[in-house]
Amino acid sequence: MARQRMIQAINSALREEMARDPKVILFGEDVRMSLFGDTKGLFEEFGPDRVRDTPISEVLMTGMAVGAAAAGYRVICHLMYGNFLYTGLDAIANQAAKLRYMTGGQITLPIVFMASCGGGRSSAAQHSDSTHPLFMNMGGLHVATPGTPADAKGMLKSAIRSDNPVIYLTAGGRGGAAGEVPEGDVTVPVGESICVREGSDITVVPIGSMVRPTLSVAERLAEGGISVEVIDPRWMAPLDTSLILRSLGKTGRLVVVDEARDLCSAASQIAAVAADAGFAHLKAPVRRVTVPDVAIPYSPPLEKAVIPHGDRIEQVVRDLLAYRTA
Amino acid sequence: MNETNLSKDELLAIYRSMLTIRRFEERLSAESKSGKLPGPVHVYIGQEAIAAGICSRLTDADWITSTHRGHGHFLAKGGTPAALMKEIYGRETGICRGKGGSMHVADFSKGIIGANGIVGGGIGLAAGAALAAQLDGKERVAVAFFGDGAANQGVLCEAMNVAALWKLPLLLVCENNGYSEFSRAADVTAGRIADRAHAYGVPSEEIDGNDLMAVWHSAGRAIARARSGRGPTLLEARTYRLHGHVESEDTFLPKAYRDQNEVEKWRQRDPIAAFAGRLTAGIVTQDELDAVEAEIVALVEEAAASADADPWPEPEAALEHMFA
Repeated sequence: MARQRMIQAINSALREEMARDPKVILFGEDVRMSLFGDTKGLFEEFGPDRVRDTPISEVLMTGMAVGAAAAGYRVICHLMYGNFLYTGLDAIANQAAKLRYMTGGQITLPIVFMASCGGGRSSAAQHSDSTHPLFMNMGGLHVATPGTPADAKGMLKSAIRSDNPVIYLTAGGRGGAAGEVPEGDVTVPVGESICVREGSDITVVPIGSMVRPTLSVAERLAEGGISVEVIDPRWMAPLDTSLILRSLGKTGRLVVVDEARDLCSAASQIAAVAADAGFAHLKAPVRRVTVPDVAIPYSPPLEKAVIPHGDRIEQVVRDLLAYRTA
Repeated sequence: MNETNLSKDELLAIYRSMLTIRRFEERLSAESKSGKLPGPVHVYIGQEAIAAGICSRLTDADWITSTHRGHGHFLAKGGTPAALMKEIYGRETGICRGKGGSMHVADFSKGIIGANGIVGGGIGLAAGAALAAQLDGKERVAVAFFGDGAANQGVLCEAMNVAALWKLPLLLVCENNGYSEFSRAADVTAGRIADRAHAYGVPSEEIDGNDLMAVWHSAGRAIARARSGRGPTLLEARTYRLHGHVESEDTFLPKAYRDQNEVEKWRQRDPIAAFAGRLTAGIVTQDELDAVEAEIVALVEEAAASADADPWPEPEAALEHMFA
């Protein structure tokens, strides 16, 4: 184990995978400068053929990722911010997500579209979206939302080795904190969820950036004798609901915490699964802690008002534990 | 008169390529009207010299991306006619197992990254394949076929910029057939498309897309340039689609959008008839061309008959091939 910040864990994954497989190439805006630090040193180590700065041309970059993958490379397309995926959406939605299917399975498309997502830094509406729900609904894509440095590394390694296109989104605002990261070639299989804290009173499912505040809340509640089980699905697609349902069987109560807007969020999908496959276990309604259907605002008090945080999560957990059917 | 260094067999192969597209699509056009084809088809009739001329310069190791009007590129690049026909019929035996249909035909084993239902959608893909080709270091090239409509997508500018900067082995072939779907190019396209390359320092040529020899010569120069690592070229091939945007358009268009005299004028400039004229002026005999014709008619008949007889996909197959 080594203590690393999330961005360092991502950097390690990129370096290790590029060293492991010469077919892995990476391009994007300012990847040599590395604004976030995740691509730092890669140009120096792997050279100008495999690590390229592109113009700010997302429509082309995402298209090139598909073309280069179809022609035999493993492509990491670095798009900086989740919102910029919207700019390059055609090649993600119409090409990457569909080319294998609509050609009858003739090819594989090993592509990672990576970006930083979420708010918390007063970056305002066009740099703060949590974009995973859009891609969950697209079909043909895997969607990774790691919440810890260890998962950021292990999931990125799996994403790069996957023969399917993966949208890899890391929490920008509050994802930079440190955590223990296993050394060596440790991967997190695509679509494998994890129980990050065992408990018996209530199940909380946080998505990506919401893992840390949820664990803090669980810690705090434990001091008052409330036992919270925390399940991190890690991959939004394919979405593994097995541990969530198992946990629900134990606790009967479920809260989903998602930094996306509420409508058609990952939280609403998980709530739908709980209401269907988990119906017999439910002792209370499934509650979602999400962003209201607004853009992410700039001013800190406004931003704090919409992005889920510990106090809001705690309040919903307490309300749900107090819930009694009439 | 043979102003190329092509052998008689090579010239006949190009003729065969053009005529295969024509007869194949005439059959599609008829079957579209007969109701045998489940979806829309956009035929390439009148533009065959471009696909045949460019693809005669390519090998299976080179990549192409195509358009919604993509049967011609598929066939010219070496795709199998029967597998194409079966796909357009929606059959399990189609090249894409009935999942793609006319607008998504592809055969990666032949370097055909595929037709594309998104106008301009293939340009970025071709640029990516060109990057792969450059990294492979085997003198492969990538060709993006697209129309005058796609030239108005911003991705063309983005692609010329990057391809010029990185010297990508990319050939951008704009087939200007005069219409963006149902709008005249003149109403929606400012300036000359070939001129847009100048801003990026990309060489370009405007050529007669109905003249096989002209296409063949220009393609040769551009592809040699790409193979030798000197970067991209934009060719604007002026042509005309003799059929409509989509075969069924007469059933839904509120009014005509083309002058029949204009269509007739271009029919007189049919690229296949023109090439046949050149070939029979001392290179091949009419009998030899007739033999090619007979061979293709039989091939198309066989492809259509087998497509018609082949099974539909099982419904369960709808859930396959999404992920590797």
